[in-house]
Amino acid sequence: MALIKTKHNRRSFLKVSAAGGAGLLLQFSWFSGLAQSDAQPEDIAFDLNAYIRINGNGTVTIFSPNPEIGQNVKTSMPLIVAEELDVAWDQVTVEQAPLDTKKFSRQIAGGSQSIRAGWDGLRMAGATARYLFLNAAAKLWNIPAEDLVTEEGMVKHLPTNKTIAYKELIDEASKIEIPEEVPLKAPKDFKLIGTAVKNVDGVKIATGKPLFGLDYMEEGAAIAMLIHAPAFGMKLKSFDATEAKAMPGIKDVFTVDTSLQNPSWADVNAFNELIVVVGESTWQVMQAKKAVQAEWETEATAESTATHLEQFASVFSKGKGEVARQDGDPDAAFANADTVIERTYFGSFLAHNTLEPMNFFADVKADSARLIGPIQTPEALRGSAAAMLNIPGDNIHVDMTRMGGGFGRRLYGNFGLEAAAISQKIGAPVKLIYTREDDMTQGTYRPSYTLKYKAALDANKNLTAFEVQGSGIPSSPVFADRYPAGTLANYRAENFGIDTNISTGAWRAPRSNFTAGAEQSFIDEVAEAAGKDPIDFRLELFDNAIANPVGERNDYDAERYAGVLKLVREKSNWGTEIDGVYRGVSAYYCHNSYVAQVIDLVMDDRGNPVVQKVWCAVDCGIVVNKEGALNQIEGGIVDGLGHAMYSQLTFKDGAPEQQNFDRYRLIRNNEAPLEIEVFFAENEIAPTGLGEPGLPPVAGALASALYKATSKRYYRQPYMILEQETAILG
Amino acid sequence: MPQYSLMINEQEHQVDVAANTPVLWVLRDHLKMVGTKYGCGIGQCGACTIHLNGNAVRSCSLPVSAIANASMKITTIEGLSETGDHPVQKAWVEVDVPQCGYCQAGQIMSAAALLNRNATPSEDEIKNAMSGNLCRCGTYTRINKAVALAATKK
Repeated sequence: MALIKTKHNRRSFLKVSAAGGAGLLLQFSWFSGLAQSDAQPEDIAFDLNAYIRINGNGTVTIFSPNPEIGQNVKTSMPLIVAEELDVAWDQVTVEQAPLDTKKFSRQIAGGSQSIRAGWDGLRMAGATARYLFLNAAAKLWNIPAEDLVTEEGMVKHLPTNKTIAYKELIDEASKIEIPEEVPLKAPKDFKLIGTAVKNVDGVKIATGKPLFGLDYMEEGAAIAMLIHAPAFGMKLKSFDATEAKAMPGIKDVFTVDTSLQNPSWADVNAFNELIVVVGESTWQVMQAKKAVQAEWETEATAESTATHLEQFASVFSKGKGEVARQDGDPDAAFANADTVIERTYFGSFLAHNTLEPMNFFADVKADSARLIGPIQTPEALRGSAAAMLNIPGDNIHVDMTRMGGGFGRRLYGNFGLEAAAISQKIGAPVKLIYTREDDMTQGTYRPSYTLKYKAALDANKNLTAFEVQGSGIPSSPVFADRYPAGTLANYRAENFGIDTNISTGAWRAPRSNFTAGAEQSFIDEVAEAAGKDPIDFRLELFDNAIANPVGERNDYDAERYAGVLKLVREKSNWGTEIDGVYRGVSAYYCHNSYVAQVIDLVMDDRGNPVVQKVWCAVDCGIVVNKEGALNQIEGGIVDGLGHAMYSQLTFKDGAPEQQNFDRYRLIRNNEAPLEIEVFFAENEIAPTGLGEPGLPPVAGALASALYKATSKRYYRQPYMILEQETAILG
Repeated sequence: MPQYSLMINEQEHQVDVAANTPVLWVLRDHLKMVGTKYGCGIGQCGACTIHLNGNAVRSCSLPVSAIANASMKITTIEGLSETGDHPVQKAWVEVDVPQCGYCQAGQIMSAAALLNRNATPSEDEIKNAMSGNLCRCGTYTRINKAVALAATKK
């Protein structure tokens, strides 16, 4: 039987206390006499009291620790607790926990890590409570615990069919010492994990209930909006708000400065000095914004896409980059090659464009604050707010609302800081709202990238060397230790950076979101030059890495990687040709999960590509919630296709040329695949995340399918825009 | 500021707002009905979709003065059904459409309007009718499945 450490020392017990309403809150108490927070070592990830409330009516409330951005953790994290607790899912209600670093660790929505990092702790919380209830019944009935089982929130004595509900056992359970280890269920005994469970907020979403940050408002709070410099590289010189202040509903116009002395990684923000318009209603403030007369001055280069492209065109010729990895002697291998293939790939800046624009509620008092809104990194926001407001972090309460999308944008909490700064300045609660234009022009954009790949084939068409040179504004997207590193003797990865004053950051599947498409398109082209089937070609390389991996740092498991390719090959009937259907394949590993995809593409009667079907194989270990997992992969595919095909953010004189959805093109319903079919590898490996891994490979499969359809290779994203323009990179 | 009398979800509401105030902000700020979402403000994303006499319209681009008339009946996501049991809402839950969920009220209003005028839409008709509503999470295949399911329940 698998055991898990409870991370509690001896002599800790369940503490029962009345919770709000008729509920009972399960808590630990400590005999050591230390305050709870002092007694808990820093590494306690999960604390029973943080997760589970047994309600008076027998239902169970499970608190979801991490922010919900649409990745479905508000359903899947509590599902894991419920599994080990052994309660029926329809007895469970879920509540979003607030930021509480004493009870929870890593309350972050990012990196597809919530499930992976949370798995053990969530199971432990449920299993510990279950253990206590089971042993409480044993004590109460004077029956050996071995003769008892749990099921649907009850302990049952099998020989007699006698049952008792958990809620009746709380007193008794509080007298049982929490053991250092508790048993976990074997995966074969899972009743909830692996089933298809619907979104816990599904009904509320379908009926328009106020769930999102933008929906959160308090009586008497003011509405605020910002004016930032119109271009990166500019700052405020002066402003005149006489007219704006005289407009109906406008309370004040002033500036705030959100600069921090020691900004954290989550404080990316190009515009710290901002004009603020505060008023009674959103529309009034929007109108007054337009009436503010501001003068701006240039303090740094006004960058443009045209100059970015020139920088990219010359970057690789400017000497050596930073060598991130070298195996063997790639230079000799290239010199001795029969064929050398070299291709350059380009990707535009992208905005996140969460459909819910940035916003935050703040109520800052003299020595405390409440910050409520959509944030992927509540702990970082609290830390930055504490520094900026000069209020102790312990006095700052942060609540996470459901988020209308994250995609990485809400890792960077400048909007939360701005709301806090405004509230402090006016001494009253405030709701900060970005317009779409504010949102698109004050971004932490996906950097623009260029990748140059080079492959050597010998006379027998074997791959003998592989080189990738990456550049980005500001940094390269190369993962030096990923495929095909490890599969061949001669390999080199090099990075080149290009300085910028445009603010950039993580965008769903950072770096992978571009690298996968470029790398997999290139592999397709190399396989073709080698005269091999693109799946066979990839599998041969994986065979090398399975038998004789090169290097110590390869960050993937070659068998699992090959496994998803084999699975998608089988399920898609790869190799069968259908007239008028063009196929491309791709496989990529990122965020600890493996994904392979086959695209079936047809051309419509106007010559436009239509993705008829995407076949997708995924290895994320144990699938926690089948429904949520499918939805994440489907969404990742649509998101990846859309951005590869249609989306770009370009700059002129430091300003984004796309400021709303009239010019920034996002994929629409009639451009999405007609069908997506997803297959999960079946194994009992601890689960990994799915918010990001479905997205990156699709651009590669798409480029290869487009090649089959048009006999043209696609090197520049977005394919449907840049490939139709003049070649820009020479 | 002018006073307007509005018929929303079969109830009369009085508001004092500027004539050019979009219905979206009247709903959200003045009537505290926040199910209708702000996404772009220029009628491009569909998050603010409501019904005007049963037809889907973008409330971000509809000035309040244009609907201050007894013949103009507004329906929002809050009023689409009394208990959330409109066939489209039930289909949305059944198909488990949402990821973040932010666009879905607008999607549901567009779908309900489609089924009002075409009870048995084809796959193409569904895709075309729903293409004015952006879903940033990419739930389009589920949206289409849910609309088709709702059509069988109408």
